Amino acid sequence: MIRLVLLVAQKDLLIERRSRVLLWQVAPFGLMTLVLCGLAVGPTASTQARLAPGLFYIVLTLVSLLVINRTSQLESSRGTVTSIQILGMDPGSVFLGKALAMWVQLATVGSALLVGTTVLLHVSVRAAVLTLPVLLLASATLSLAGVLYGRIAASSANAGTLLPALALPAFAPVLIAGERAFSSLVVASPLARWVWLLSVALVAYASVGLLLYGALEES
Amino acid sequence: MAVASLCDVVVTAGSFPLLSGVTLTLEPTVTYVITGSNGAGKTSLLRLLAGLEAPSRGSGTVLGFDICSSQRRELRRHVGWLGHEMSFYADLSPVENLKFAARTTGADVAAITPALDRVGLAQRSKVPMKFLSAGQQRRVSMAWFMVRRPQLWLMDEPYASLDDEGRDLLSELLVTAQTSGATIVLTSHGLLPPEIDAASIVMVGGRIAKVAS
Amino acid sequence: MKLLIRRALGPLALASSVATFVMGYFITPPDKVQGDLARLVYIHPAEAWVALYLSFGTATIASALYLWPRTRSMVADRVAEAAVEVATLFIGLTLLTGSIWGRPTWGVWWVWDARLTSTAVLGVLMLGYLALRRANDDPQVRAKRSAVFAILTAVNIPIIHFSVMWWKTLHQGATVFTENRDLKIHGSMAWTLLLSFLAFSLNFAWMVRARYRIADREAGQRDSDLDAALVARRTETAS
Repeated sequence: MIRLVLLVAQKDLLIERRSRVLLWQVAPFGLMTLVLCGLAVGPTASTQARLAPGLFYIVLTLVSLLVINRTSQLESSRGTVTSIQILGMDPGSVFLGKALAMWVQLATVGSALLVGTTVLLHVSVRAAVLTLPVLLLASATLSLAGVLYGRIAASSANAGTLLPALALPAFAPVLIAGERAFSSLVVASPLARWVWLLSVALVAYASVGLLLYGALEES
Repeated sequence: MAVASLCDVVVTAGSFPLLSGVTLTLEPTVTYVITGSNGAGKTSLLRLLAGLEAPSRGSGTVLGFDICSSQRRELRRHVGWLGHEMSFYADLSPVENLKFAARTTGADVAAITPALDRVGLAQRSKVPMKFLSAGQQRRVSMAWFMVRRPQLWLMDEPYASLDDEGRDLLSELLVTAQTSGATIVLTSHGLLPPEIDAASIVMVGGRIAKVAS
Repeated sequence: MKLLIRRALGPLALASSVATFVMGYFITPPDKVQGDLARLVYIHPAEAWVALYLSFGTATIASALYLWPRTRSMVADRVAEAAVEVATLFIGLTLLTGSIWGRPTWGVWWVWDARLTSTAVLGVLMLGYLALRRANDDPQVRAKRSAVFAILTAVNIPIIHFSVMWWKTLHQGATVFTENRDLKIHGSMAWTLLLSFLAFSLNFAWMVRARYRIADREAGQRDSDLDAALVARRTETAS
């Protein structure tokens, strides 16, 4: 199983390396949205710094929608779908493999956005560095959920607009927990419960995915 | 034992019956060519045999797997598929695509390079699939058949988009498969090369109109 | 028995609703502090009960039954769809009546309270479920994807609830029971409250049944259409 998970992840990442969608489209979108957020909250540095954790996670959530869409599109053409279905791969391994690849991509863009947040929205370097493990956890949760919601929306009519309607409400806890954890570092308050919440969500999505991804693949 | 046994199978898309009640038995080591006008259900029958479509009504087994149950997934691992559209991933090269496919199915990775040589893609084996012509993409699928050596070969219009050399190559591949005991089912609008000895299945209106050996 | 339930469900739902209205509006006294506003207690908790527990619970169980291979049937899919439609309606009503109560009580139409926010997020997810159903034409594909989405939502709801609860909580404490499970309200008020739960539950059952029957007839129509299409397809000739 682990071998297949790694194979699927490696394949998705190789496609990303070839197409550079993350570098030339997703990351610039994220950074531009961050700039727009800075413009939207006004020029006062203290206000920007206070709102930075929330703005960062909103941008990360929006970016994750693009990455989910992109990952779903890899297997959108009928020929590709058929040739992959013929391989008869274990659906649980495919689910975890795709989530792993998405996690690497989201964590990479998230880290770039964190640098952008530090520079543009005046968050302390210490808080940004300390929040990195939480970002990794939050992006892992978003990836597991993203693969599931991406597969649910895939091949439906207007999949691009359907995905946000399905996924964004469900991403609310990740947004809250990530933002609170980041804010805890900014104002030095406890963050353990938010890490716990993200971990519970991660385990919940992983379990549902392992159980039900096969049913989604068959639809 | 029959390779496939279908009993009054209906396959639908929405409320349109792609297959309107197919009853058919396919014998092992025989090559079948499915003919029929556009929309007669040829591709749908191939997809059903590949375990890619679930019947709405009727019953059947292919290679011993029940096509009405979750055994369809296992069935897919034992068939080879060549369709109209580009197979595998457009951004990956033939070598990368075939390596991925071979590793996930446990096929022989070492057989990939000789297979790509044989189909005349040695020079283009590292070019992303999206930059290959339709005929070259078909050749990649042919190379995959050589690596995979499936029990049941399912090919939708395999001669389409191929040049003379490609057609000869495909015929050679099919004859080799025939002699090695594979069952082949292909669709065709035109005449098959004389070296292919095939039984004919005529489809009309989503069902079998005639089977002739 | 089935016939009795079929015939009696609608009248019983109507009668219990009228009785709740009469009891709640004319017979029970106004609250000492909140006055007539407190009469919302005969609507709001029962709506929330139907929206969050009865409807969503039914949809979750039906979806799980659909996904479990041994119990898979389109009946479960139709029940899930009917329950989600009713849930969406009652979530809307719960939020509306909650807002009507909240404006004079908290001074605002909306507060970021855990129960309110979770309910609103659940409402949006239910709209997503309905959108998903409309984006897929094939009944089997639609059923599978919707069922997985419903299960994901069920798993998500406690996580959403805890996340918002830890984030901030303002909601009115338990109205009906104290922490020791003793009733806080008495006499005609308690009976009316109980009656409202019965009335809304009967309305839920009636609505789900009515919606199920529509879906069942639609499926029957699809089957007839397929039979006709099969006959037409079988008479096609080679061109």
